Amino acid sequence: MRITTFRRALGATVFAMLGLGALAAPAAAQGSLNLYCSAQVEWCQAAANAFAKETGIRVSMSQKGSGEVLAQIRAEAQNPRGDIWYGGTGDPHLQAAEDNLTAEYRSPMLDQLYDWAQKQARDSQYRTVGIYAGALGFGFNTELLARRNITPPACWRDLLTPPFRNEIQMANPQSSGTAYVMIATMVQVMGEEAAFDYLKQLHRNINAYPRSGTAPVKAVARGETGVSISFVHDVVTERLGGFPAQFALPCEGTGYEIGSMSIIRGSRNERNARRFYDWALTPAAQQIGAEAKSFQTPSNRSTPVPAEAPQMSQIRLIDYDFAKYGTSAERRRLIERWDREVNSLPR
Amino acid sequence: MRAAGIAGAAVALIAALFFPWYLAQDGVLTALREIPGWWREADFAPAVLQASSQGRWWLWPAVLAPLAALIAGVAPLPRRARATGFLVAGGAGLALLVVQGLAIGVQGWAWPGLESVFGVLDDRQYGIGWGGSLVAMGLALTASAGLAGRGAFRGDAFTAGCATAIGIGVLLFTFLPLAALLGDAFRDAGGALSPLAAVTRLADDRLWGLGCLAGGPRCGVVWNTLLVATLVGFGTTVLGLAFALLVTRGRLGVALAKPLRWLTVLPIVTPPFILGLGLILIFGRSGVVSQLAADWFGLELGRWIYGLPGILLAQLFAFTPIAFLVLIGVVEGLSPTLEEAASMLRASPEKIFRTVTLPLLMPGLANAFLLGFIESIADFGNAVVLGGSFNVLATEIFFAVVGAQADPGRAATLSLVLLLIACLVFVIQQRLTGGRKSFVSIGGKGDGGLPPALPPRLRRLCLGLALPWAGLTIGLYVLAVSGAFVEIWGRDNTPTLRHLAKAFDFEWTQGLQLTGLAWNSVLTTLELAAIAAPITAGFGILAAWLFSRAKFAGRGLLEFATLLSFAVPGTVIGVAYLRAFNLPPLELAGTGAIIVVCFIFRNLPVGLRSGMAAMAQIDRSLDEASSTLGGNGLDAFRRVLMPLLRPAIIAGLTYAFVRAMTTISAVIFLVTAETELATVFIVNRVINGDYGLAIAVAVVLIVLMLAVLGLAQLAVGRRRIGRRAAIPLSTEPGAAA
Repeated sequence: MRITTFRRALGATVFAMLGLGALAAPAAAQGSLNLYCSAQVEWCQAAANAFAKETGIRVSMSQKGSGEVLAQIRAEAQNPRGDIWYGGTGDPHLQAAEDNLTAEYRSPMLDQLYDWAQKQARDSQYRTVGIYAGALGFGFNTELLARRNITPPACWRDLLTPPFRNEIQMANPQSSGTAYVMIATMVQVMGEEAAFDYLKQLHRNINAYPRSGTAPVKAVARGETGVSISFVHDVVTERLGGFPAQFALPCEGTGYEIGSMSIIRGSRNERNARRFYDWALTPAAQQIGAEAKSFQTPSNRSTPVPAEAPQMSQIRLIDYDFAKYGTSAERRRLIERWDREVNSLPR
Repeated sequence: MRAAGIAGAAVALIAALFFPWYLAQDGVLTALREIPGWWREADFAPAVLQASSQGRWWLWPAVLAPLAALIAGVAPLPRRARATGFLVAGGAGLALLVVQGLAIGVQGWAWPGLESVFGVLDDRQYGIGWGGSLVAMGLALTASAGLAGRGAFRGDAFTAGCATAIGIGVLLFTFLPLAALLGDAFRDAGGALSPLAAVTRLADDRLWGLGCLAGGPRCGVVWNTLLVATLVGFGTTVLGLAFALLVTRGRLGVALAKPLRWLTVLPIVTPPFILGLGLILIFGRSGVVSQLAADWFGLELGRWIYGLPGILLAQLFAFTPIAFLVLIGVVEGLSPTLEEAASMLRASPEKIFRTVTLPLLMPGLANAFLLGFIESIADFGNAVVLGGSFNVLATEIFFAVVGAQADPGRAATLSLVLLLIACLVFVIQQRLTGGRKSFVSIGGKGDGGLPPALPPRLRRLCLGLALPWAGLTIGLYVLAVSGAFVEIWGRDNTPTLRHLAKAFDFEWTQGLQLTGLAWNSVLTTLELAAIAAPITAGFGILAAWLFSRAKFAGRGLLEFATLLSFAVPGTVIGVAYLRAFNLPPLELAGTGAIIVVCFIFRNLPVGLRSGMAAMAQIDRSLDEASSTLGGNGLDAFRRVLMPLLRPAIIAGLTYAFVRAMTTISAVIFLVTAETELATVFIVNRVINGDYGLAIAVAVVLIVLMLAVLGLAQLAVGRRRIGRRAAIPLSTEPGAAA
């Protein structure tokens, strides 16, 4: 009986060990970097691969929208799991800096950057930095507009005219940074009251507010909608993908985004994160974007600007106040006002 | 009792002596391989060294409690004293470990009051890893053996161990996260406790507004959700019934019945949102149907698919198979005796169907409706792809968490509403069908009758519903799948393998390099699903055995709690897990373990139900025979029931695997760079509009799962043949009873 008891005990012990052994988390190599990437997925993957190849550091990349990454970093704040956040529009990066979610770092590469990129760093007390810039504009489907005899839009006010009824898409600012840049731009171009009047009139011509910032331009490319309000480099990407998409820049002037990069505060691989940070600001690394068919203007002055990219010098850019419109309070106020006054209106 | 107690203590002691106590950042195997002398490092040391040389004195119970239990097990004690020893050592050890885990977190003392008692603590601890979890589990096992020894669970240690494991599991991974979430709803934006916050959020016009009835632009999301869910519930039930009646009683012939059955499997192995995608590609503004309509009739169909019609259509496609699977069991189980009696009394076939067949099907119909309803309110993928500006609770919750206006309190409140709706429908369903218990049509006596054929008019109606639907399903799949193999869907139909290559490219430089975008997520999905499926199935069978065979106090409560995770929509579970497991001691967020645990407890009811159904067919007298011959609970389970349950176990295993592979709503918050899942990869590509890539990955997943299903089918088929001799033995006592 005793023997049986102990045999059973032994058997159960082994069984329990084996059964629980199955719960092991997947192993990872030493010297790793957890990269949260909010650029286009091809770019993210290419950057991760290139950095891994160059340094031997194992990169785990997860691509998510900038809003999603911000939410995740916030949820993980007491115990961060990401190391660096690469790409995505600048506002959420500034918000993260404001909320003390990202770490201060002055890269030796800073002097090589354009002024707007350095200003982004200064505005945030060096918690984030500009890696590319892209102007806001219109994307339109040339075939669809031609079939319906609509002249492509050239100015913000054109979008209010009857031919564009139910033809325009913009993203929902409650989830998309792109759409928020648009609202902030209108407020800066026209003043707040006039801007909201404009948005209310525009609302009639909008057929949907999809959740993701790049969804409208994809809908344009596939002929699901005639016009989108998007970053013009995204339109170029679609055109090169074989779709009849073209972009236009608003004659009244337009805002732009500064795609940014931040190191997450309390990151467990901070040394590797800094290494990635410096690397991402070199011309060689910044060329990866164009190779992956993303045509933003890179922030390093010596990075060659691809011929397909919209030339920033030819765009009538407003003096976008990132410091003001990047704060959480202002953002929340504008988005809530938009939801209350615009999104709830009948079409 | 003694064996279980000693085994628990031994597991705990070995873990305390040799396993790293804390969670290792890069996975424990890497650390053990690459860090020489890891047992001396503060991050990796096992409990005994943590306590003796790292100054973490609060970990002493992890070593001393198992030791005490082991002594109680080995020492020559009377049974009752030994049991008390097990109970005290296991219970007290576990309690002390829980207290220290909660009291000392990543920033030292978790509660300020402790500092005045114990002084300033210049230390912190992360979540428990292997050592910590194994010690806790071992101690729990020992304590449960002690309980059994003192007479609980009818003195059976196996029953006690199972009940404890399931009880702790459900408590930790269903109750606690939901409770934490519930608490979040009553905090304001700053995190302070404020019961008013929930009231304010609940009163939000965006939830309950009825503007659309008065010609306004939108109704509240709650009404939207209820509308969609009710329509989907009815739609899937009607379609599922039509299919089930046709397949069983439609006299279709094998040529039609078999493909119809297989057609129903397809949506189950399809990542849900791929259907939404296919609908866009067909019915979207530039889809096939719209183009044909424009070319042939000059009609502009426009964007009608975005919004309620699209969500409805996609969910009907996705969830009809589930209704079918529920209903076909009920229709097949229907004994023809009553219908034959009605027929002999000269009732017309129509009247028989209306007054006899349909009423007997009521529990099945209600069950199918409930499943369709709950699946619909929990569905996130279709709603985000096809919703346009039409919002439902699942998408609202998602964007309350990740949107530009992140608001955890709002997410929690919305989850609460979703949970309440689910529970309400569950209760209503139970009331409607549970009150009258006279649905039983299978008695112990044999019934050799043939089921009557469908009345001709009803048959035509069913065919009229089912055949176009089947045709649409086939068309949808052909067109959707072709999206993976053409340049640009709907625009450039040149055949290409470009998307497949982009997803699954690899090169040979210094060994195999997987450069495709989808490799990481697909491999992770396979790995995690393969880990979760056997545990889910095993747990499910154990729970089924426990609930249908064992008797102990609190069984009803435990059974209800297990089912809770089924009634809770996936989005809610996901938010709750993220909320509950980001901090020590159970710091699971960001690991593969949290996803595995989520799979297990979310899919547990599936294995449980199939297990309970199968067990109901096996007569109790077999267990009793085993008991009479001196076997304990484990023997009856292992030697008698397991061999008889093999087909059910395999079915549970495959279903758990498939569900793990296709889950999206629950895991979308839990994935990280390390543990990205294929479904999340696909939904991200869809959100970005990379349809070709998304479909390519989905097609590969579907092929993988069909292969798994086929293999399982083979395995079950073989076993059935082998069991032929055994069947009469196992069913005879049931027939005689």
